[in-house]
Amino acid sequence: YNYYIFVHEEFWFPILFCLFLFLYFFFVVNSLRDFVDDDDDDLERVTWTGELVGIISCFFRGRTRLGSFQSLSDTLSDTSAKSYAPELGRPKGGYRDYSNDWSPSDTVQRLRKGKVCSLERFCSLQDKLQLLEKAVSMQDGNVITAVLIFLKRTLSKEILFRELEVRQIALRQLVHFLKEIGDQKLLLDLFRFLDRTEELATLTNEKNFLRPVLILHTYRTITCSWDVRSLLRLRSSESTPRKASILNMPLVTTLFYSCSYHYMEAEGTFSSPVNLKKTFKYVLTAPAARAELRAWNDVDALFTTKNWLGCTKKRAPIGFHRVNNALVQILQEYVKLVEDVDTKLNLATKFKCHDVIIDTCRDLKDRQQLLAYWSKVDKGSAEEEKIDALLSSSQIRWKN
Amino acid sequence: RPGFTMLARLLPGKKDLFIEADLMSPLDRIASVSILKQHEVDKLYKVENKPALSSNEQLCFLVRPRIKNMRYIASLVNADKVAGRTRKYKVIFSPQKFYACEMVLEEEGIYGDVSCDEWAFSLLPLDVDLLSMELPEFFRDYFLEGDQRWINTVAQALHLLSALYGPFPNCYGIGRCAKMAYELWRKLEEEEDGETKGRRPEIGHIFLLDRDVDFVTALCSQVVYEGLVDDTFRIKCGSVDFGPEVTSSDKSLKVLLNAEDKVFHEIRNEHFSNVFGFLSQKARNLQAQYDRRRGMDIKQMKNFVSQELKGLKQEHRLLSLHIGACESIMKKKTKQDFQELIKTEHALLEGFNIRESTSYIEEHIDRQVSPIESLRLMCLLSITENGLIPKDYRSLKTQYLQSYGPEHMLTFSNLRRAGLLTEQGPGDTLTAVESKVSKLVTDKAAGKITDAFSSLAKRSNFRAISKKLNLIPRVDGEYDLKVPRDMAYVFSGAYVPLSCRIIEQVLERRSWQGLDEVVRLLNCGDFAFTDMTKEDKASSESLRLILVVFLGGCTFSEISALRFLGREKGYRFIFLTTAVTNSARLMEAMSEVKA
Repeated sequence: YNYYIFVHEEFWFPILFCLFLFLYFFFVVNSLRDFVDDDDDDLERVTWTGELVGIISCFFRGRTRLGSFQSLSDTLSDTSAKSYAPELGRPKGGYRDYSNDWSPSDTVQRLRKGKVCSLERFCSLQDKLQLLEKAVSMQDGNVITAVLIFLKRTLSKEILFRELEVRQIALRQLVHFLKEIGDQKLLLDLFRFLDRTEELATLTNEKNFLRPVLILHTYRTITCSWDVRSLLRLRSSESTPRKASILNMPLVTTLFYSCSYHYMEAEGTFSSPVNLKKTFKYVLTAPAARAELRAWNDVDALFTTKNWLGCTKKRAPIGFHRVNNALVQILQEYVKLVEDVDTKLNLATKFKCHDVIIDTCRDLKDRQQLLAYWSKVDKGSAEEEKIDALLSSSQIRWKN
Repeated sequence: RPGFTMLARLLPGKKDLFIEADLMSPLDRIASVSILKQHEVDKLYKVENKPALSSNEQLCFLVRPRIKNMRYIASLVNADKVAGRTRKYKVIFSPQKFYACEMVLEEEGIYGDVSCDEWAFSLLPLDVDLLSMELPEFFRDYFLEGDQRWINTVAQALHLLSALYGPFPNCYGIGRCAKMAYELWRKLEEEEDGETKGRRPEIGHIFLLDRDVDFVTALCSQVVYEGLVDDTFRIKCGSVDFGPEVTSSDKSLKVLLNAEDKVFHEIRNEHFSNVFGFLSQKARNLQAQYDRRRGMDIKQMKNFVSQELKGLKQEHRLLSLHIGACESIMKKKTKQDFQELIKTEHALLEGFNIRESTSYIEEHIDRQVSPIESLRLMCLLSITENGLIPKDYRSLKTQYLQSYGPEHMLTFSNLRRAGLLTEQGPGDTLTAVESKVSKLVTDKAAGKITDAFSSLAKRSNFRAISKKLNLIPRVDGEYDLKVPRDMAYVFSGAYVPLSCRIIEQVLERRSWQGLDEVVRLLNCGDFAFTDMTKEDKASSESLRLILVVFLGGCTFSEISALRFLGREKGYRFIFLTTAVTNSARLMEAMSEVKA
């Protein structure tokens, strides 16, 4: 009788049918793996036997996911099993929708593995901060940035800044991220919020931007002893292209160089170091604190106020964009502005602003000084000619 | 072979390949142009500022996960869209894709138009004992910007190594980044439980250190042959381009420098003073070998030609290359007045004649010798002296800007942030204006508003550390560079590299015991760690193997010094670095002025 069972087709048929089903589902499942995350925790790594069991159990239990496995005999003897066609997983999107159960820890783990994660459910500020804290403790910059991208999108900047102010690591990560994506505006807002003027000033290294940076820098150098010799040395070697870059320096910078020199040299005579500082302060707080760092006209206007260097003459504003190539020319313009005569002469002599010296001597009607200077100028030069002309002029009533 | 996994990620069929500049050298090591051609890569383009015009229907991009690369790709794809053209685009991120990149692709409206993949290449073997992650940007990203983006990459690399070589029974580390990388790596190991458990450890010790634990060594001029070649010619991914002045021909030659080059292998760790003599001796020996053929009969000659001649010719070729390199180096160094430079460096390391050294630096700046060199010397002065005195700082900075141009100003700000070039004391004299304008110095409750940026920089305490660790050897008589007696030979006997000394001491003690003061002086109070597991599985052989992980780069001098230590103590060191570095690269990383 037993032998009969083994050869009878009715015995073999269900087994063959199961085998067929197994093979069919095995191939289907494998091709569907592509739709499901490779490292998805829900998809357990199964051995050959396991897959067989799993698929069969799906068939009998109608599970929607390949879940835990029972032994084949248990499954087959389960009389309550209905024969549903198994739904072997959904395309990628489906799994993500069931993310409501993922805690901040789990979310951060998923992020570290590079899995796409929807963070939208972290609505409350508390949840958001918890998520951020978990991300930071994970140490992975990519994860921290992912969370910051989300926070940037879903929090007002005031709140974001407030929370990051006390979270160094996340703050640094955000700053670098903003720099990299070029979000100047938010970066500026952030630095202003944190009162980081230095960073404000060194925000970009665009050529245009260097000028206020140089202002700041020059201000700082004012308090140090200035080596004028090096400045003068620069002038004398105008031919070298490298140093020409110094000569091309914006108007303002050279002005400050000369001021700083003057400030140091003539501390006694120049009566308003405080005044100078006041002006600098105004100059610094105005452009540095404002977002419109390109508002050159505004900054420009600051330098043509009445109080500047004690100059009471009104002058047409000299725009920063009009950069003169010759250091002398630049300095000449500004030295001319200096009210105090002695100071003026001092500066002019130092920087060899011939015309200024000559004109000043003429104004002062000081022939001796003019003569003294005449011996210093180059023979045959325009300056010499000018001095000659003045000295031989009958119109000037020299006092000495 | 790692190359194949990358090639497998390219689009099938004919395509053009765009590669980021930094990846060209590593890729070249792995898959040459001919191999790429075999995989139907038509043309190779470099990802640069200007757009490249490619007519191919399929474009592949092999890039690091940087935003500017995303923008480059986006401009290309969007230009195509505007022109009504659709092609196939694939972006291969190495080593991984960052979320910020995805965000930008989405923003630029090309997210659906490009397919993405990752090529998790993280370790390039440069030599039998040197592994590089080829991430030179690591240094700037972490030590200047405080960005932790590459910590996962390091953890993955460690994970890979422990998968290959089993767990590391003894772990040591110093530095904040080292600690973070270690912790993340441990997390990875825990998650993938079971992969390394039960495996026999093949490497007994792992030591992680941050670059900023020892800036001094990285800033010194190198005098071991390999270091000198790197300083002079720039070794990229284990190869160097020797120009006509070295090859004695009108062509340049790209030479692979590793242990396979028999000549190089013998001289690489030697102090330069020995190298030329060694090479000349070798040349004489070689000549003698050639001359042997004079007395040979036909049979011997045949033997000679078939067996030995090729080898001799090879050796001859290598010898002449290295001799040419030495000559070139000597010429350059004489021109730069190397002797004087070294003297100044040694003075800074030892801590005397500081005023003279400062004057030397001033002169160096005034003479406009080299912006990078001048900066390096200033940084060396700053770190060895715990910061410049304010007067010197301002004076040197001003002179530098006058000499090399005001565009370098932002570099100073970077160097200050990274702790490479700082001022002593509480900072610039605060005037009323400054304190109003900037709240850098704050009265608010400390801890609430911490200085997020300057905390990255630490006070250097080099002199105290140097004393405690005997970094400056006491020399009675001449220091023998031919038969060195300690690691100081890599700097002509003047200085033992701090990083190497730390490693030596910790390995000796198998802990940080007795080094508390040093750790405190290094500002690493919370960041020096050990982690030991039971060593019953570790063989004595494995306990002699030590993996040293440099986060932020390591120099050839340090490698040579540790190889020496290994020979002395019976260890074998394996080096893993985020990138090979030297003083010039360090300075360039901090510079805001593109060369």
